[in-house]
Amino acid sequence: MDTHHTMNDTTILPRTGRLDAHLAPVVIKDGKSLYAWLWLLVLAAIPWVGSEYWINAIIIPFLILALAGMGLNLLTGYAGQTSLGSGGFMAVGAFATYAFLTHLHLSFPVAIFLGGLIAALVGLIFGLPSAKIKGFYLMVSSLAAQFLLEWVFVKFPWFYNYSSSATISSPSIEVFGLDISSAQGKYYWILGVVVLLTWIAINLTRSQTGRNWMAIRDMDTAAAVIGIRVNHSKILAFAVSSFYLGVAGALWVFVYLGSAGVQSFSLQRSFQILFIIIIGGLGSISGNFIGAAFITLLPLALDFVSQTLFAGMVDAGVLQNIQKFIFGTLIIWFLIKEPEGIARLLTNARSRLSVWPLRF
Amino acid sequence: MLFLETLIGGLLAGTMYSLVAIGFVLIYKASGVFNFAQGSILLFSALLFVTLHEAGVPFVVAILLTILALVLLAILIEKLVLRPLTNRSPMTLFMATLGLSYAIEGIAQGVMGATVHELDLGIDDVPIFIGDLLVSQFDLVAAVTAVILVTVLALLFNQTRIGISLRAVADDTRAALSIGINLNHIWQIVWAVAGMTGLVAGILWGARQGVQFSLSLVVLKALPVLIIGGFTSIGGAIAGGLIVGASENLAEAYIGPAIGGGITGWFAYFLALAFLFIRPAGLFGERAIERV
Amino acid sequence: MTTLSHAGNIILDVRDISLSFQGVKAITSLSFSVQRGEICALIGPNGAGKSSLLNVLNGVYTPDSGEIHYESEHFHKVHPFQAAQRGIGRTFQNIALFKKMSVIDNTLSGLSRHGRSNFIEHAFKLPRARRESAEFLERSEAVLEFLELQSHRYTMVGNLAYGLQKRVELARALVASPRLLLLDEPMAGMNAEEKQEMSRFIADINRDLGITVVLIEHDVRVTMDLSDHVVVLDYGRKVGDGTPAEVQANPDVIAAYLGAITPGSVH
Repeated sequence: MDTHHTMNDTTILPRTGRLDAHLAPVVIKDGKSLYAWLWLLVLAAIPWVGSEYWINAIIIPFLILALAGMGLNLLTGYAGQTSLGSGGFMAVGAFATYAFLTHLHLSFPVAIFLGGLIAALVGLIFGLPSAKIKGFYLMVSSLAAQFLLEWVFVKFPWFYNYSSSATISSPSIEVFGLDISSAQGKYYWILGVVVLLTWIAINLTRSQTGRNWMAIRDMDTAAAVIGIRVNHSKILAFAVSSFYLGVAGALWVFVYLGSAGVQSFSLQRSFQILFIIIIGGLGSISGNFIGAAFITLLPLALDFVSQTLFAGMVDAGVLQNIQKFIFGTLIIWFLIKEPEGIARLLTNARSRLSVWPLRF
Repeated sequence: MLFLETLIGGLLAGTMYSLVAIGFVLIYKASGVFNFAQGSILLFSALLFVTLHEAGVPFVVAILLTILALVLLAILIEKLVLRPLTNRSPMTLFMATLGLSYAIEGIAQGVMGATVHELDLGIDDVPIFIGDLLVSQFDLVAAVTAVILVTVLALLFNQTRIGISLRAVADDTRAALSIGINLNHIWQIVWAVAGMTGLVAGILWGARQGVQFSLSLVVLKALPVLIIGGFTSIGGAIAGGLIVGASENLAEAYIGPAIGGGITGWFAYFLALAFLFIRPAGLFGERAIERV
Repeated sequence: MTTLSHAGNIILDVRDISLSFQGVKAITSLSFSVQRGEICALIGPNGAGKSSLLNVLNGVYTPDSGEIHYESEHFHKVHPFQAAQRGIGRTFQNIALFKKMSVIDNTLSGLSRHGRSNFIEHAFKLPRARRESAEFLERSEAVLEFLELQSHRYTMVGNLAYGLQKRVELARALVASPRLLLLDEPMAGMNAEEKQEMSRFIADINRDLGITVVLIEHDVRVTMDLSDHVVVLDYGRKVGDGTPAEVQANPDVIAAYLGAITPGSVH
């Protein structure tokens, strides 16, 4: 399995020395790593700035939703496979983690990791049809997963340890000395997981694995012809995506909500995750954070507007429907005006800003 | 006897799926869009109708006003959503209709409220005997309505100018454009007609279970129906609806008890998956050869 | 490792291939062979079955009957991925690039079949993945230089001019070190200058890298200049097979294809 060997016996022969002029490997310049460190610094400082309410009710769900978005984005934005089953795979992660915690008494990090793996396995199984079917047809597979999984986690009480409310709830958890019931403890815990998985997602998308996915997304017939293992890559995308979603699902229940039933992972959740990546940007890692921020902050902003302008006279139900209308309209607007989402808008704005002084 | 009754009950329920699926097929044929908003349009039309009716507007007038609203909605959708998205991928269009469904649901429920409305069409939902078979009278009326609607649609598309233009567009969009067919106009008409099939389905369904949000979820059943019947065939949509309705009912009765029941939520999808592996283009659809 | 053609050394032997679509015959019992190291041109009117034949050779289509002998193997059907593994490279008539990826990423994707590191190694940037990635980048850069594409390396291919896109597609096929290269109308839609440039690249690839080339081209003059061997198809049948000079003198070929135009004119 020596790469050098396989490369050598087919190496292109030099003629005029042009081909064997060994260039120094081109380093793809990325000034982004500086931004990344800055962001990390800001994120690490949040608990000193934000109130406990902000951390618990906004920052934590934001980070988890961004993670879930990343999972779906790897599958849809990078590998081009549509799925409406994100909620279902999140549920698998949550319920599997719960099983490892209660039945096997594993520690929380181990349980969450294994929960993610189980979700990956389930995702892989429902990804198998992608070898034969595409597009709308493939959505059937993900919807089959979504509805079957919702059903399973209601019908079989073993999954929620026979609790009468059919919910799972977090045992008191302390990990690596961080008490996870405190807002700070939760926050750093989640931040750690999100940073690690983001780093991995960036590595994957910039590697041969990521290129294979994008090639399949852009044109799968051509991908097969140039020697990409199309089916293998698609199924891998389903598994990796579901791992991310599974971990996000487990965090959602055990760190954010504290206790939840399968209703937390309904089809509406799948749509929400899909909206995050459309608004944030398909095929963009930072887009997941932008989309998740948007989707977490919009209801707050609307609430604020209705409180200040109408002194709270608009009732909650109507407000919820207004929110729904705005989301729907925004989705259409983004698809028409900026199919690559807010992430692209920001990149464009930044590059315009950076050349702006030069125009004078 | 139980088998036959279950089968017939399922088939009658299936006519409703067919009705919803026909709306999908019309839009898919004319504009290549898998219209996820069909369920919301159904909810919108039923909600508008029942709101008008409750406000004292006579039945027929309420129907006519709702149809007028559906036509306006179709024109708006064509101008604001479809036209700017011309030549975009089917997946993008699908996601746009997903957004559309949120927008329509939001505005419909925001304006007309989210409460459950009773709708009494004056048909008793009581079982009657046909020979030895026990059949729901309501289902029977619904099925007859569906049959009438399908016949009307078939006549419309085979005999009228509009229908012929529509078929021309579905067969070869470019050729249709070159002979002067106005595509935007066709889209508006098709979306309005699809909305009307939604109205019929919405009223029938709403009369049974109340006009409420859950009506829009019927869209989720349409996908397996279309996979089984094929996206491009009205006959297929009818057959697909009947197959899904009947097999769902039979599965719930015979397989359900063994595994805890309540399997109608997912059964249709697995049936559709099985179909995909056996007959990928659906029963009546045609599959294109991939050219590279 | 071959740099020169060996007389009598056949790399590809097509035997009695037939293909039809829903009853319509695209190729009818077609046989011909390609010598290792030569440039073989497939010519014929539109709809003669040329592209279909390339699609059979690398497994996009499955023939109704017949066999393909390639190097030491023979097969009736092959999966596109296996064809690539066996060193058959391919470009398409309607450019089939990955439109939302840059030139360098498109080229790198051509090396996928040479990859040995797995996704776990990619995820954690383990040493083997790093090594491989550096090596792939170096190879891709070399190919981009060979095809004079370096200045476009970070451009999204969807934004490139048509002629350049054709060249990127060639780069993507070439980077994987194919032994047989199938080029479907590499010069279609190009002006005279671009055609000349592309001909030069194809000749270089063939002569310097020893890669056998099978190409489809409509421009008769370019084809006759470039190729060692010409196969003429008409309605899915072979009507001529030989050196450019032999083919031009063949009365059947003139009747079927060259008839309307004098040899040498631009089609």
